[in-house]
Amino acid sequence: MPQVPNRRVLTGTHFMLGNHAVVEGALAAGCDFFAGYPITPANEISEHMARRLPEVGGKFLQGEDELCSIFAVTGAALAGARAMTATASAGYNYMQEGLEYAIAAEIPCVIVDVQRCRGENFATQADVMQMRWGPSGDHEMIVLAPSSVQELFDTTIRAFNLAEKYRMPVIVMSETTIALMRERLVIPRPEEIEIVHRAKPSVPPEEFLPFQAGPDGVPPLPAFGEGYRVLYSLNPHDERGSIHWDPDVFEAMYRRITHKITTHYDDIVRTESFYLDDARIGVVAYGSECRSALEAVELARAKGIRAGMLKLATVWPVPEREIASLARQCATILAVEMNLGKYAREIERVACGTCQVVRVTKNRGVIHTPGEILEAIEAHA
Amino acid sequence: MTIPDIVPNPLRRYLRPGSLPHFFCSGCGAAQVLNFFLQAADELGLDFDKLVAIGGVGCAARIPVYLHAEALHGIHGRTLPWATGIKLHNPELTVVIFAGDGDAAAIGGNHLIQAARRNLDVTMIVVNNLNFAMTGGQVAPTTFPDLVTSTTPYGNRERAFDLCQLAVAAGATFVARCSTHRPRVTIHTLKKAIQHRGFALVEVICQCPTYFGRRAIGSDDPAQGIRWIAEHSVSLYRAGELAEEELADKFILGTFVEKEAPVFEGSSVYPGGEG
Repeated sequence: MPQVPNRRVLTGTHFMLGNHAVVEGALAAGCDFFAGYPITPANEISEHMARRLPEVGGKFLQGEDELCSIFAVTGAALAGARAMTATASAGYNYMQEGLEYAIAAEIPCVIVDVQRCRGENFATQADVMQMRWGPSGDHEMIVLAPSSVQELFDTTIRAFNLAEKYRMPVIVMSETTIALMRERLVIPRPEEIEIVHRAKPSVPPEEFLPFQAGPDGVPPLPAFGEGYRVLYSLNPHDERGSIHWDPDVFEAMYRRITHKITTHYDDIVRTESFYLDDARIGVVAYGSECRSALEAVELARAKGIRAGMLKLATVWPVPEREIASLARQCATILAVEMNLGKYAREIERVACGTCQVVRVTKNRGVIHTPGEILEAIEAHA
Repeated sequence: MTIPDIVPNPLRRYLRPGSLPHFFCSGCGAAQVLNFFLQAADELGLDFDKLVAIGGVGCAARIPVYLHAEALHGIHGRTLPWATGIKLHNPELTVVIFAGDGDAAAIGGNHLIQAARRNLDVTMIVVNNLNFAMTGGQVAPTTFPDLVTSTTPYGNRERAFDLCQLAVAAGATFVARCSTHRPRVTIHTLKKAIQHRGFALVEVICQCPTYFGRRAIGSDDPAQGIRWIAEHSVSLYRAGELAEEELADKFILGTFVEKEAPVFEGSSVYPGGEG
């Protein structure tokens, strides 16, 4: 057997399962802690991690439930790990408590949620709102929506980098469709992969205020054992980390943890435009629905219809600028999604009457066909 | 409010600067456990730079808030999952959990069983005041039958958990029960638990004058609470002489298990070392 030079980054071209691509992306991003609880259709992530992570020196935990998984991840992250968990819709329900804590205490970690229909492993995008609004308390959320096996790999790396940069849990919104699909995956060389590390304190412990942020709104994060002796609490805390019941402390805490995301829109929000230059009818899609939507747009173009597509690679925060611009340009926006019409509300809010927004919805365990979306385009062309 | 430093307490140096006054009621047993832990840590010469103190939610869960160590606080029942992640990633850290009986026996019960089974190398101090004190004195899985609490106005109709027996059955490698009426034994046991390699559970029976005291034993006098614990305590040595009915409302005090076993290093460990 030839010696594989780097077991962390499997540089080369592969034909790989989506769930395995997530694992390879995580390893390439430097993941060194994973905890998960069995649930279909996310199991291949845990199984592949259990084999791959220990061989590169990381720690793998099969938790007794999803609560154990998310809290072990947040604990490991505070001990210095680049940590991740993976689950599917019903398991994601259980993790809200841990997400709330990770948001409040500003703990970097990655959560992969492979959406499934209630109790069954069919395709859906019905949890797009839960990913945004699941945990209690005022907060922003970063949710990324890959649409292919390659994007599962790339997005997982990006999720780790955003988590580390903004001290936030970052959600990779996967779906049964792409998670259980095998496709071509190209893994670059390690030096071609951008890795962002959390900012560390630049002052000694006696001068350190653990929740005092610099101009970017993100406080530096020491690891447990480095002598900083930080207190992390869910409860309202001041810059020292002390629990405080002053209304000004409450407000400052909530404002900073939301502003650190909203003020970095350009860095976080990503979209892709297809055939939009002269489009009069715009299709807005995210996740695997982009695949059918793009084909529908191309079929419409072949019929002389000026259709285009805006692909939302970031679903939260909402790409408001791009959607508003599309609303000004087009007479009609088709909001395509695999649920009964959830994200369409956001598009309607942003379009704010500038153009007509038509909901193209489907939640019956199967993805939209290009033909179905084409039909909707033709009906509103 | 400032606390006059007439004679500075030598243990004050282990407390987080600016964290006093504490929020415990007068005569609270959890505050005594904080004191016991500081004495144990002082006698062991524990390095607070490498100490992670974890609390959940409840009165006892506030103990880490006052310790000048790395500290986690504020989620009910998930102390052990936190500890699992921390200890797996950095085994050099000393992890001590301060859990109430609600944290340990109710909402976090399964985590306790699993951590004991895995022999996770942490110390879990269960501050058992026999009720949910922070929320107003509701019945707990540790409340003795027939006692009156805010949610058992006609007397408790459930049996009480024996947390130590549970931990022993689940595979914990150090299990002991102490109480606030015997401080030196408790401090000594805490020292042994912290030094133990493997899952160590120490249950400390505590008075709660404000809620358990007033409702269950009819007195908000802390001394009366401690006396009640003393009257309901029996040593492990003497317990063997008592009938099962006599033990029904007794705390058996002593060390039940102290043994060596491999500690948890993860659910999947690469056999050939780092690749």
